[in-house]
Amino acid sequence: MSQFKSTDRYIASRDLEVAVNAAVTLQRPLLVKGEPGTGKTVLAHEIAKALGHPLIEWHVKSTTKAQQGLYEYDAVSRLRDGQLGDARVHDISNYIVRGKLWDAFESDEQVVVLIDEIDKADIEFPNDLLLELDRMQFFVYETRRTVVAKKRPIVLITSNNEKELPDAFLRRCFFHYIRFPDRETMEKIVQSHYPNIKEELARDALTVFFKVRDVPGLKKKPATSELLDWLKLLMFEDLSPEVLRAREPHVVIPPLHGALLKNEQDVHLFERIAFLNRRGA
Amino acid sequence: MLATFILALRQGGVPASITEYLSLLGAMKAGVADYNIEDFYFLSRAALVKDERHLDRFDRVFGEVFKGLEPPEGEEPRELPEEWLKLMAEKLLTKEEMEQIQAIGGWEKLMETLRERLAEQKGRHQGGSKWIGTAGTSPFGANGYNPEGVRIGQPESRHRRAVKVWDKREFKDLDDTIEIGTRNMKLALRRLRRFARQGAATELDIPDTIRSTAKNAGHLDLKMVPERHNTVKILLLLDIGGSMDDHVRICEELFSAVRGEFKHLEHYYFHNCPYERLWKTNRRRKESETTTFEVMRKYGPDYKLIFVGDATMSPYEVTHPGGSVEHFNDEAGQVWMKRLTEHYRRSAWINPQPQRNWDHVSSLSMLRHLMEDRMFPLTLSGLDEMTKELSR
Repeated sequence: MSQFKSTDRYIASRDLEVAVNAAVTLQRPLLVKGEPGTGKTVLAHEIAKALGHPLIEWHVKSTTKAQQGLYEYDAVSRLRDGQLGDARVHDISNYIVRGKLWDAFESDEQVVVLIDEIDKADIEFPNDLLLELDRMQFFVYETRRTVVAKKRPIVLITSNNEKELPDAFLRRCFFHYIRFPDRETMEKIVQSHYPNIKEELARDALTVFFKVRDVPGLKKKPATSELLDWLKLLMFEDLSPEVLRAREPHVVIPPLHGALLKNEQDVHLFERIAFLNRRGA
Repeated sequence: MLATFILALRQGGVPASITEYLSLLGAMKAGVADYNIEDFYFLSRAALVKDERHLDRFDRVFGEVFKGLEPPEGEEPRELPEEWLKLMAEKLLTKEEMEQIQAIGGWEKLMETLRERLAEQKGRHQGGSKWIGTAGTSPFGANGYNPEGVRIGQPESRHRRAVKVWDKREFKDLDDTIEIGTRNMKLALRRLRRFARQGAATELDIPDTIRSTAKNAGHLDLKMVPERHNTVKILLLLDIGGSMDDHVRICEELFSAVRGEFKHLEHYYFHNCPYERLWKTNRRRKESETTTFEVMRKYGPDYKLIFVGDATMSPYEVTHPGGSVEHFNDEAGQVWMKRLTEHYRRSAWINPQPQRNWDHVSSLSMLRHLMEDRMFPLTLSGLDEMTKELSR
C-alpha cells in the first residue's frame, strides 16, 4: 500500500506522516487541528495526490446539517410537481438529492473525503455523523434503501477549535495538532514553494516574519499561508533584501505588510511600535 | 506494558479509552509504528490524545512510563571528562571541604561520589523535579535541566532527538489548567456563552414547520426547537480591595462581556468575606451599599450565585463575630456564607489563586468546606467545572 510522505510541494513533519498513515491503515477518520493557515485543508489535497485518489470536499458552514452530507429530500419541488400533476411525483426517489458522503460511498475507487471546518456547524453535527463515519453506511428512509460504502473512504476532518467536539466522536478518530513550523522547517517550506527565490531575500524575510510573529498582542499572527503570499509579493516587486534589513534593529512595519497583517488593529499596533521606536532612537 | 501506559495516562488526566487503546494496538499490528520509539510516540499520540490541551500531559506520562526504553547510550553522559567533575566540585563543595577530601580519600574518591551524585540527579530529573535546571547553579551550563545537556562538546548522538521530542513539552501552554489570561480569554468566553445557552424551553420552528407541512402534502405539522436564548440569571459577588484585584477584574470583564447572553446578570462587591452589607460600586462605596438581606430578597433563589475571590484572610474573619478587618460584624462570616448558599439553590466560588496553593491557607480551606467543595480555579477547565456544577 502506498504511504503518505512529505512531497516537494508539501513539507509534512514525521508525526503528521505517522498520524496520516495510521488513519489510512486503520480506515479511521483523521481529525486535524492547528492555527489557521498552517495547511490543514491543503493536507487533504496532498493526501489525495500522494495516494492517487480523487478528493471530495465538503465545506461546512454554520447552517450545514449532517443530513445534507448524506442526502436531502427535496419536498418542496415534490409538492410543486404534485400540484402541477407531473408524473414524476409518484416516484419519491426523483426528489432525493445526493450529498457528498453518498457520492464518496458509491464511488468505485477509494476516495479522500475532506470535511472542512467541522466546528463551524451546530454542536450536534458531529454526533449526527457518528454511525455513518463508523460503519460507512446510512439508511435512506424515503426509499428504504441502505447505502453502503463500496470502498471505505479516507476521511480527513479539520477544526479551528470554535466548538468542542463530543467525546464519542473523538474516540473514533485519530488526532493531529499541526504545530507552527520552526524556522528550519519554514525554510524548507519556502524552498518547496519558491525554488528560485533569492537566498538572501528568503532569509531576511523569514527573520522579519518570525519577528512579526513574536510581537505580543497581535490579534491574528501571520501563518504559513500569509508568509507565502507575502514572499510572492516581495518577489514580484523585486525588492532587494536591503529594504528588509535596513530596518532590522527596530521592529517596524515591514514592506507590503498587507499580506502579513490582516487586521486593522494589528496594523495600528505596528504603527504605534514604530513610532515609539523612532522616538526612542 | 501498554496497559500500564494507558492506566498511567488516565491517572495523569488524559482521558484515553479502551476504544482508543484497541485502535492503537490495531495500528501497531498493521505496522504503522515500525518498531521505532519515535514513531511509536507519534502513533500513540495520534491515537490516544484527542485534544491539544492534553498533549502536554501526554508527553509527561510518556516520558515517565517509557524512560526505560530510551536508547542504552543514556549511560554515556556519566562518562564525564574530568574538568566537568572538577567544576562540579567547585560548585558543590567549599574550599575547606575540598581540602578535607583531599586529605582523606583524594581525587579518586571524590570522583566516585560525584558520579553517584550525578546519577542521582539524572534520576530525579526524570522523576519530574527540575532542580538541576534552575538558575545557573548547575555545572552543566546553559543547557539547563535536561541531563542530555552534559554532552556539551560531544558529537550529537543519533538518538538524542528521540528522547527530546517529549521532553521538550512543546504543548505546555495548550494545557487548560493554566490560569486565564488574554490568550485564552476568548475560549473562556465561549465556555460562559455555552453556559448561558442552556435554557431548554421550546419555541416554534417556522422553517421546519413549513418543510414538514410540505412533506405532509399540505397538512399542517408543527415542529418545535429548543429555545436559543436562555433563562440563566446570575448574581456575581466579587471580592475587591486586595491582592487579587487584577484577577477579579478579569472575571468581572469575562462575565460582562457575555452579559447579553444571560437573562440577568447582577454584581455586588464585598471585602474578603461577605457580611451584612454589599455594595455596587467600589469607588462610591458608602452611597451604593445595601444590606445583604435586601440583596437576597431582591434576587430570588433561582439566581445562580457566583463568588469571586481569593478566600485568603485571617481565619477569624470567617469564624468569629467582630473578625472583619474593616468594621465590627455582629455575625461571623460563616453565618453569612451559610445564609447565602442556603438561599440560592446553585452557588459556586471562583478562586483566582493557583490551585496548588489552596491547601496552605486555612481560611481558604474553611470557605471551601462551607461551599461544600464547589470552589473552582480561574482556568478554562475550572470554568467548565463550574458551569457544569451550576447548570446541573
